[in-house]
Amino acid sequence: MKSMGATQEEYYRGVRMVPYDLVKELMLALAGVGILALAVSAILSSPDVAPITIATWAQSDPVDFVTTATNELAGSTTSAGYGNPYNTNGSGQAWGPIAPQTWFGTRIPIDSATTFVIEPLQRGTSSNTELATALDTWQKADSDQQGKWTDAYTKALPNATVKDGKVTVPDGDYGPLPVMMSYLLGIAQTGGLDGLLMVNGRFYQTDYTPALLFMGDGGYLAGQAQQWNLLGDQWGMMNETGRYPGQTWLWLYTMWYQVPPFTSSPAIQVSWDSMHPMPTSGSSS
Amino acid sequence: MNAAEPIPEQPSSWTVRTRRAIDRHLPMDHLLPVRQPYYVGSWVYVFGVITIAALVWVVASGVVLAFMGPQWWHDSSVGRFFNSLHFWSVQLFFIFMVLHLWGQYFMAGWRQGRAATWAIGVVIFGISILTAFTGYLSQQNFDSQFIAVNAKDAMNGAGVGAFFNVLNFGQMYGLHIMLLPIGVTFLVVVHIVMVRARGVVKPIDPEGGTRS
Repeated sequence: MKSMGATQEEYYRGVRMVPYDLVKELMLALAGVGILALAVSAILSSPDVAPITIATWAQSDPVDFVTTATNELAGSTTSAGYGNPYNTNGSGQAWGPIAPQTWFGTRIPIDSATTFVIEPLQRGTSSNTELATALDTWQKADSDQQGKWTDAYTKALPNATVKDGKVTVPDGDYGPLPVMMSYLLGIAQTGGLDGLLMVNGRFYQTDYTPALLFMGDGGYLAGQAQQWNLLGDQWGMMNETGRYPGQTWLWLYTMWYQVPPFTSSPAIQVSWDSMHPMPTSGSSS
Repeated sequence: MNAAEPIPEQPSSWTVRTRRAIDRHLPMDHLLPVRQPYYVGSWVYVFGVITIAALVWVVASGVVLAFMGPQWWHDSSVGRFFNSLHFWSVQLFFIFMVLHLWGQYFMAGWRQGRAATWAIGVVIFGISILTAFTGYLSQQNFDSQFIAVNAKDAMNGAGVGAFFNVLNFGQMYGLHIMLLPIGVTFLVVVHIVMVRARGVVKPIDPEGGTRS
């Protein structure tokens, strides 16, 4: 077997060689790049816009919060009809017979009505008789009746008034919804729902799936993103708060978002949305 | 046997075989050379070493951030500075890596038995993107929230969302500070060793000579 060392010497045979100091070159590169990185860090800092909480959402836009929660009960949000891996209520992405979204089943089960509304109410106010009665009424009603209440309440919410953080809708037949939503809004505004959506039966937790899905169903998160110019039709390939370069490693690919016909192609969108927030059919943004 | 007598090397020893294989494939004068072909003096070859230098700063600043925990940099000005150093080192790393990639692409750096070196470079680029992506998801700020909520759709559509849950901070953080950086660093070491072992590929048209 011919050795690799001999191969290199044979390869370089006839090529003019010059003195070279590899370690010095590496040290100079470390110093040069370090000085550049330190200088840019000191001058430009880095982005760190505080995360929104469900409490800030419920306080800042209570009507959007209540509308989202009502839609969770009605099963009309993105999460409610998503499909796998959260539930089986939607077919998910598929390319003909190739449907990888369905291959692994419901590995992260989310029942929107139960996870985001019913369970937090049950956990948050277990000793409240008014709420217990409302919840009992809701759960004993058939789905047709529940649908009539949520439909009427959803139609009334655009005309809702907000006073002292409370949402009031015009009179109508909404069943137990006003009571349920009033308590849910109250729990959310105090920060309780942020914690209740993280309950997992154990002390430690690091999984924000329910809270982020719930926020994603509402309009507040996308509205904040719009103010930071994060939406796909605002900054396209940049997508980062503040005047920062964004995810530079995507420039090579996300530039295609700006070039017709890819600007409107759902196929390329689904390919790169994984690292590039853009409005999608499965997103509220 | 006299204790002062040297013990002869056993050719069947695994240690001896390993040592000889390293001597044969990667002798010290290839690993740390004091002479190189004239064409390595071109500026285009600088992009590789400054990419490595940026990676060193990425890892060093990342170690400090990981040691202090994911909350620290939000509340401490020193922490914010280390986060900035991490952030800008990553930006420089990607800029230099893309320049290195373009340079090697136009020089056809995969020629003459170097396809594996090129392929590993491509894999490093891919894992680096995944590492940076999980970094954005681990920031615990508004960017993380918005990226996670949007990114889930493509992950789920591709079928990986069931196992790679971008909404799960714990999973993203673990991948970002441990497994993915180990993968990038290991493959960078392999990449460098392959370059040093085989030597730097000749230009397509060296000094006006014949094409190789």
